[in-house]
Formats: sequence, structure tokens, C-alpha cells
Amino acid sequence: MASPGESGGREQWPLWEVFIRSARGLSHVHAGSLHAPDAVMAVRNARDVYTRRNEGVSVWVVPAAAITASDPDARGAFFESPQGKDYRHATYYSEADAVRHL
Amino acid sequence: MSLAEGTAPGRMDRGAAGGDDAEMARFDEIMAADGRIEPTDWMPDAYRRALVRQISQHAHSEIIGMQPEGNWIGRAPSLKRKAILMAKVQDEAGHGLYLYSAAQTLGTDRDTMFEQLITGKARYSSIFNYFTPTWADMGSIGWLVDGAAICNQVPLCRASYGPYGRAMVRICKEESFHQRQGFEILLALMRGTDAQREMAQESVNRWYGPALMMFGPPDADSPNSQQSMAWNIKRFSNDELRQRFVDMLVPQAEVLGITLPDPAIAWNEERQSYDLGDLDWTEFHEVLAGRGQANAERIERRREAHEGGEWVREAARAYARKQAEAADAAEAQVA
Amino acid sequence: MSQKITMGAALTPEKIAEQLADGGAVAPASVAEYALRLGDDALILSQRLGWWIARAPEIEEDIALGNIALDLIGHARSFLTYAGSAWGKSEDDLAYFRDEPDWRCAQIFELANGDFAHTIVRQFAVSFFQFELYSRLVDSSDPVLAAIAAKAVKEVDYHRDHSAQWMLRLGQGTEESRRRVQVALTDVWPYVDELFRDDGLIDDVLIDDLDGVAVRPTTLREPFDELVGRVLGQADLEVPTGAVARGGGRDGVHTGGFGVLLAEMQVLARQYPGATW
Repeated sequence: MASPGESGGREQWPLWEVFIRSARGLSHVHAGSLHAPDAVMAVRNARDVYTRRNEGVSVWVVPAAAITASDPDARGAFFESPQGKDYRHATYYSEADAVRHL
Repeated sequence: MSLAEGTAPGRMDRGAAGGDDAEMARFDEIMAADGRIEPTDWMPDAYRRALVRQISQHAHSEIIGMQPEGNWIGRAPSLKRKAILMAKVQDEAGHGLYLYSAAQTLGTDRDTMFEQLITGKARYSSIFNYFTPTWADMGSIGWLVDGAAICNQVPLCRASYGPYGRAMVRICKEESFHQRQGFEILLALMRGTDAQREMAQESVNRWYGPALMMFGPPDADSPNSQQSMAWNIKRFSNDELRQRFVDMLVPQAEVLGITLPDPAIAWNEERQSYDLGDLDWTEFHEVLAGRGQANAERIERRREAHEGGEWVREAARAYARKQAEAADAAEAQVA
Repeated sequence: MSQKITMGAALTPEKIAEQLADGGAVAPASVAEYALRLGDDALILSQRLGWWIARAPEIEEDIALGNIALDLIGHARSFLTYAGSAWGKSEDDLAYFRDEPDWRCAQIFELANGDFAHTIVRQFAVSFFQFELYSRLVDSSDPVLAAIAAKAVKEVDYHRDHSAQWMLRLGQGTEESRRRVQVALTDVWPYVDELFRDDGLIDDVLIDDLDGVAVRPTTLREPFDELVGRVLGQADLEVPTGAVARGGGRDGVHTGGFGVLLAEMQVLARQYPGATW
């Protein structure tokens, strides 16, 4: 499998990932991807493609190739640790349910 | 737009792509639990191929589907309709783009898919190989073609492949206006002059059958569908979706005052559904085989745009390269 | 004009029509003539750009040009709705039932799309012109014109950016793109001059009636030249000099392709006069 954005031999505009902030105070959330020749055009294309219906007040674009992801094959080792540590969650403390403002 | 016809290949080659039994078991487990597969997950080759085929066909359908309606942007009979039509055709470009991006996460890039499209190797929905000789066709496409597409697409929002499902969520959200605007075009015509009413009815007569065929061949003749359903790439059978669509259509046609061109349509009390007559599948296979009205024109136009635009894409790449080199040089100087 | 038209993003042609009707107000005749020009400019350019949707060099650009065409048809509908109020005509009456000599667009707006370079150069010239125009028109003493301009100026600002980015890429891209954009500049630039002429309407009427309402085109030339020159300089392109087209669009004199453009745009509406769509 070729990695995303990699061309089958032909040269093409690289792939960018787009993140949109839908309103002030909220995080940028991944919206999708697109092709653009460079960062300047990528952010404009993102505006044109992903905010046609008032979806956003701010746009980030990141070259897809620049994203470092966790290793899918190491999924077990990577994400096992928090399993079973329920005491990190408020709901674990059921006896406190009896009182208010806690 | 639609995609059902000719979806997914039927074979499932277990253990391909270096996947061992443990990986296959994990994949099956995810499928059984109605979970989602993400791009970096292991997946059987056949699943990947089925997805690339289905998603790219769907993307091509959106991009080719711009043409029959784009044909009327210049001639829309009011400025409001012109604006709506432009927005709609432009949305279809967006939908194609979302879907090409989803397919790209499976390792097939957009250029490769374009290449397959313009060399006639890839399929797209046959419905777009019909001409749009009248303005009423803008109404019929919205009401019938987009209507059928939505029936197909809503279940796909839950497709097992994450990027596909997410693209479909966005598409369905945006498409909600497409069917409504088509309905309103027809409604305006039916409330208009005799000539306008005639135009609307004539157009619906032409589009009704092809729209119903968008759900794909009858279940009995659609062996590939079973695998796609097992993989949760497809959620309902062709006939189930077709029935659901007609059940929605009949009361809408009554509101419009339009007659659906199937004399066999009748309410079946027992099934709590409408019975319908047979469709002309010979015609369907003719169009699928490339002998539709507009097959050649659609591909030629797409090729023109793609090849004619190469110098522009190349210029932008060259500029990006020069800018990057200049930035590097400047950095080197500072250092 | 006494009724309030709210400024900003919520402005739609329907709202303008509604508010004019509610207030029983109409555009004064000279203001309507002026609004008609601006509406025609925007509509004809939108008609041209609409052709690109499904034909652009890349899907992203289909969408970008589509957005620009949609902005422009929005401006056109607002201006034409307002203009039409003076004569009891709707935006569609004006768009579909006027013959060539009755159109008031400057000729540059109707120029053929040509290749992508021609479309971008035309876009480059008109978006920089419209930006200067609308950024002054927001102060118009006519509240409707000011409100339309207030929405339009922000959108046109983005059109400027879009065209300027492409001018840079075509100018400094490849030999081929550079050649094409230079040819496009040679072809399109003769029509720029007309945008900045103070013609009959402006001279005779504006000074008396439209002072403070309209913008005198000659005053826009200097900032236009400066900004456009800056981009062309960055793109390493020559500012075209020399040929100037005779123009006459404001008086109903149009270029060769205009009749065909109108024939296409109006054909259906004219086949069914009086029909509602």
C-alpha cells in the first residue's frame, strides 16, 4: 500500500489534511483532506471546499506527509495502560453520589 | 449520487497482504461487532479492492454527474435558479473530492483514479449517461436521481470503513437541499402553464425508470451485493432500497400532480408497500455497456478538463518548488 | 430611501425586494441607472465563470471558481433588484428580457473565458477594480447601495486574493504558464481602461444627482494601478501598456461574443414569457 498522498509515479499536487474551528472557543477538528500545490493555496482551497456553509471561523492545513501517527501494529502496547484504571474517572467514586456539589 | 450498480467484487481472499490468521480474526471480529476499520488497520485485500472500487465509482459519479446539470447553468430561467444550480453542481465537485480523499487513504491516488475514469476503465453511475434536453430535467434529477442517491447514501454513513462513512456523513448533510430544490423546480412547473406541466411530466417519464435502476439489478441477479453486505460496506439490498424509495415517491408525486410512468404501481395492503412493475433491464445493461446517450461525451469532457488543466497544475507545482528552494537558500544563508 | 437595510452577511436580494416593497420605496432613476451597471457587471461575469464548474484544472478550482461565481450572482441580484424597483421590474425582468443595447456592463466583464490564464487575468483586473469601487461605495449616501457594497467588498477581497495567487503561480510557474499569462494580459488589458472612465452618467448626472451616492471611476485608477502593479511585479510580469479598447459597454455597445452569451442566458426564459420558475 502506498501512503496517502503518494502518487503512482505521476507527479500531482500533494495531499493536505484540513482542520476547522467551527466557533471561537472550540478546538480545530479534522474536516477532511484536499490537494493543493503549496500551503498558501491549501488554506484557500480548504476555505473554499470545507466552509461553504458557515462551518468555520478558522482553518488549519497540514501536509498529510508531515503527520506522525502512532504505530497501528503497536496498538496493544500503546493503549492498554489506561484500561482498568477506572479510579481516574469521577464515576468510579459512587459513594460520593450521595452528597451534592461534589 | 449513486453507486449501487456493479459494486464490490465477490471474492474474499483471506490471509492476503501478509495478514495472518490473528489479523483476519481481528478483522472479522470488528465486522461482527459492526465496528469501524481505519486506514492504518490491517484489512483483507479483497475488502480494500472492493472499497476502492465502490468509493472511486461513487466519486466518479459525482464528478461526471456535474455535467448533465452543468449543461443548464448558463440557461437557468431565473437568477435564483441559476444560483441554486451553480451551488448544487459545485457541491457535487466537493462530494467527488471528499470521496477521492477517502479512496486515497486506501492507497489509490486521485490521479490514478482520474486516469482510470478518462480511459474508460472505471465505472460511474449510468444515470449520468442520459442527456438533459429540458429544464424540467433539473427538477427530475434533483427529485428522482438525488432522491434515489440519498436512499442509497444514508445507510453508507455507517459504512464499516471510517473515512468512507465520514465522507458520507458530510455528503448527506449537504445533499439534503439537492432533492428539495429538484422537487420545487417540478412544483413550480406543475403550478405553471400547460406547457410547463407538460415539460415536467415528460421529463419524469424519462427519468423514473433510470432512477429506479440506480439501486442496481434485482437481488437475484446481484451476486456481489452479498459480500458487500457481509462487510458492512452496503447495508440494505438493492430491492429493499428500491422499494423504500418508491414508497416515498408515490405520495410525493401526488403532491406534485405528476403521474409516475408505471401503471402497475398499486398499494399492497398486505405488504404495507407499493407494488411496482418490471423495469427495462435491457436498457440498463445497454447503458452500462457504454451504449448510453452520453457515455462518450461525458468522458471526453472530463478528459478535456483534466488534460487541458495539466499546464496549470504543473505551473503551480513549479512555483511551489521554486518557493521552497528559495526558502531553503535563504535559510542556508542565515546559517 | 428611509427604510433600513441591514448590512453584512445576512443581506439577500429577497430581503432587499421585501424591504423595498414594505417601505413602498423605489430607487431614484439615476441611482437605478448606476445600480444597473454594477448589477450587469457582476451578472455577466458570473455567467462567464459558471462555465468553469466541471471544467477547471483541478476539482478544488472548480469549487473556488464556483464560489466566486456565486458571490457575483448574489451581488448582481441585489443590484438588479434595487435597480428594477425604479421601473417596476424584477431582477429576472432585467436579466432575461433586455436586448444587447440595453446592457450596461463594461466590456471586460463579458470577455470570453479563453484558457485558464485569460480567465484569471480578467478576474485579476475586475476583482481589484471592484474592491476599490465597493470599499468606497460602502460610504454611499444611498443606504441600499452602501449595504450591498458592504457585503460585496468582503467577498471581492477574497476574489482579489484568489486571482493574485494565481497570477504569481502562472507568472513564475513554467515557461508555458508564463507565456500564456503574458498573452492573456495583452488580450485583456486593453479593456481595463473603460472601467475607470467618467462617462455621461457620471459626468452629467453624478455631479448633480449622484454626488455622495456613486463613486467616480477616475478616482479609483491610482490605487488600482498601484496594487495591480505590485502583484504583477511580484509575478515578474510586464504591466501591459499601449492598446486601449474603445469600450462603450456603459452605453450598450458590446463585444462580439456578448450576443451569444445573452442568447444562451435568456433562451429558456424567452421561450416561456410570463412563466414562473
